[in-house]
Amino acid sequence: MTATALPQPNFFQAKKGIASWIFTLDHKRIGLLYLFSIGTFFIVAAGLGVLMRLELLNPGRDLMDPQTYNQVFTLHGVIMIFLFIIPSIPAVFGNFALPLLLGTDDVAFPKLNLLSWWLYIIGAFFALGSLVYGEGGADTGWTFYAPYSVKTGTNVTPTVLAAFILGFSSILTGLNFIVTIHRLRTPGMGFNQMPLFVWSLYATAWIQLLATPIIGITLLMIVAERVFGIGLFDPSIGGDPILYQHLFWIYSHPAVYIMALPAMGIVSEIIPTFAQRTIFGYKAIAYSSMAIAFVGYFVWGHHMFTSGMSGPAGFIFSILTFFVAIPTAIKVFNWVATLYKGSINIQVPLLFALAFIFNFMIGGFTGLVLGSLAADVHVHDTYFVVGHFHYVMFGGAVFAFFGALHYWFPKIWGKMYHKATANVAFVLLFVGFNVTYFPMLILGLQGMPRRYYDYLPEFHGLNMVSTFGSWIMASGLIIMIVNLFISWKNGAKAPDNPWNGITLEWQTSSPPPLHNFDKMPELPEGGPYNYPDAISHQEKN
Amino acid sequence: MNASNFVEGVDFSLYMIMGISLVFLIGITVVMVYFLFRYSKKNNPVATNISHNNTLEVVWTVIPTLLVIMMFWYGWTGYKPMLTAPEDAIEINAIGQMWKWSFEYPDGKITDSLVVPIDEPVKLNLISKDVNHSLYIPAFRIKQDVVRDAGNMMWFTAQKKGTYDILCAEYCGQLHAYMLTTITVMDRSDFDKWLLTEPDLSNQHPGLTILQRNACLSCHTRDGSRLVGPSFKGVMGTSETVVINGEETEITVDRAYIIESMKNPNAAIVKGYQQGLMISYEQIISAEGMNQVVDYLETIK
Repeated sequence: MTATALPQPNFFQAKKGIASWIFTLDHKRIGLLYLFSIGTFFIVAAGLGVLMRLELLNPGRDLMDPQTYNQVFTLHGVIMIFLFIIPSIPAVFGNFALPLLLGTDDVAFPKLNLLSWWLYIIGAFFALGSLVYGEGGADTGWTFYAPYSVKTGTNVTPTVLAAFILGFSSILTGLNFIVTIHRLRTPGMGFNQMPLFVWSLYATAWIQLLATPIIGITLLMIVAERVFGIGLFDPSIGGDPILYQHLFWIYSHPAVYIMALPAMGIVSEIIPTFAQRTIFGYKAIAYSSMAIAFVGYFVWGHHMFTSGMSGPAGFIFSILTFFVAIPTAIKVFNWVATLYKGSINIQVPLLFALAFIFNFMIGGFTGLVLGSLAADVHVHDTYFVVGHFHYVMFGGAVFAFFGALHYWFPKIWGKMYHKATANVAFVLLFVGFNVTYFPMLILGLQGMPRRYYDYLPEFHGLNMVSTFGSWIMASGLIIMIVNLFISWKNGAKAPDNPWNGITLEWQTSSPPPLHNFDKMPELPEGGPYNYPDAISHQEKN
Repeated sequence: MNASNFVEGVDFSLYMIMGISLVFLIGITVVMVYFLFRYSKKNNPVATNISHNNTLEVVWTVIPTLLVIMMFWYGWTGYKPMLTAPEDAIEINAIGQMWKWSFEYPDGKITDSLVVPIDEPVKLNLISKDVNHSLYIPAFRIKQDVVRDAGNMMWFTAQKKGTYDILCAEYCGQLHAYMLTTITVMDRSDFDKWLLTEPDLSNQHPGLTILQRNACLSCHTRDGSRLVGPSFKGVMGTSETVVINGEETEITVDRAYIIESMKNPNAAIVKGYQQGLMISYEQIISAEGMNQVVDYLETIK
């Protein structure tokens, strides 16, 4: 970070060749390695999702037998959860943007960072390897519930080992980010001057670090039971299937916040930049991330209200679950308030952020239904749950991921995406998403269970609507991806700061040089989003 | 009248949460879209930095807190009565296995579908023979997981005559979506009559009755089509390649092989079929019953 007048080569030009990528220690390149590997898996799993919707277009067999369908929904879930959405925003945009946002040259442990990506790739090979021999891929659902996961003849062991290895990738990324945030902030940047995306990565990293080991041990217990016949979870050899559910959800509920918190961080970056004013309630948004991460550890039991749980346990898990709604609501109110008296530049990243708020609200409100003991008894394990978590995960986290992709696209490649095409893709995605998943909420209220290959005739109409929606959504997805690829190759050159942002990444060139900043970035006066061109509210008083 | 005594509590909790949510969803969305246009770059060229407002933060923390505590409370009060069945409830064993429900009445009657009298509490003892299932009656708004050796139960009072679906809500393998049956609610007098009428099985082969009782036909067809296990059609006397301890062997399907397969289903699996899904029937079907099963198989050509 020396002050030099010579223009540095950007991080794409700095080195050439495949080895300079797969063994790179540069956080930006590692972020892009993740983007392309994660993106590939997302496309594969989305394709599986479209196939599932096609099978459910009509009752009875449409294109595959029940066993294949069960393996397809398991693979869809395993890829989407473990290979896409858990790493997604932290691994891609955390890696790319965190050091830039902090005004530093890399993460704290670049070699550990590279190891995390390699662990991700090894885990992916285990997951895909399970498909090609013996009875084929696991047919247990991504939850691997015992005792079915112990009994089935499909390749559960390699799938479970894949999730185990991917867990280590996640733990190491979390550890790396915690140390980076504590040690490598640019001089003058205290915790309360950090951009909110950094806050959300910080909250997420603690969950990755503390919760992931539990799923690791649990998955090894499944392997021990399958390979050595140790009776841990299968009652026919003395195990307890409910124990498995507890151990699984102790991780997998906090994991929901690994997926959601970074998305909230993205929204907290995008909204002030396009409103050209300071974020409303900085501390409320920052600390509510920590509150969600903390309370999120103690609510896992709401996945088990119908498992035979005792009344007092249900009481406690239910009320704690409702408390998670409070910090989430606080965030939504502050985001909307940030639009007030802004000077709003309506661009695709902002549209994705606002779509996030809308979809996430539906995801959150349906979550209240599931957190309520009485209502949950009816809708638990139905399509209502499928609709709910796709609203949170897809409508929420993935929309934020797409928003981030457009937001930082000019920073990453120094090119601008084709804006009109991006608008079309956004509209198709937003409409298609809601047409696909809203009918699922109604189907669940009508009593259609989830993980159903076939269904009773009364569920036909809404299943057809949902399948039509999946086609709209798929076309939006294809247009978006093609547009980004073409823009990457042939897009118009983008200025270093196309959105007039004031967080530090906009002070360097696009694409950034290998060491990020040619000269020391300057912190904005009075907080990370205190726009100098906006009217100061205090002075007016 | 509601279909069961729990419909009111569950639906109240559902509709209250959905109603409050809808007000917030519409309100916040309208405000968001309004701001988007009112404060667009064109309509408001210069933004104002407003960093926070403590009064607003308190208001939008306290109001949601009060609302969620109310939502929680009605969820709890709707749920609490499900935890304890009345002492005088009729006890029926509800048995789930891959992929069939069966019901065992106090007098020993065993059926494939559930029949209950109206306006009397019924308690179902939930028994699984293999993996997890979940007994779900959407019309009654009740669901409870059926977990082996867990001793779970559910209860209800049916309040409206009719026939309703019973579904399995916990994924349990290949034919999960077909683990369906019904519950029929009738007057006490009709129920008493129904209890006493045994289906006339005198013309039916006793081996077939055993196959039906034990969900064998969910996996093994009688028409030659392939499901989870080999079809029974013409199976006796054929030669098959089986896998014993990982090694392939040629065997002839005879009485001894079928009986051994009922006792130790994983010992010699026909090549191309999955291991591990069938339970042992050694403690469930008597030696005589097993011979009757083979007698019956010999009749399906």
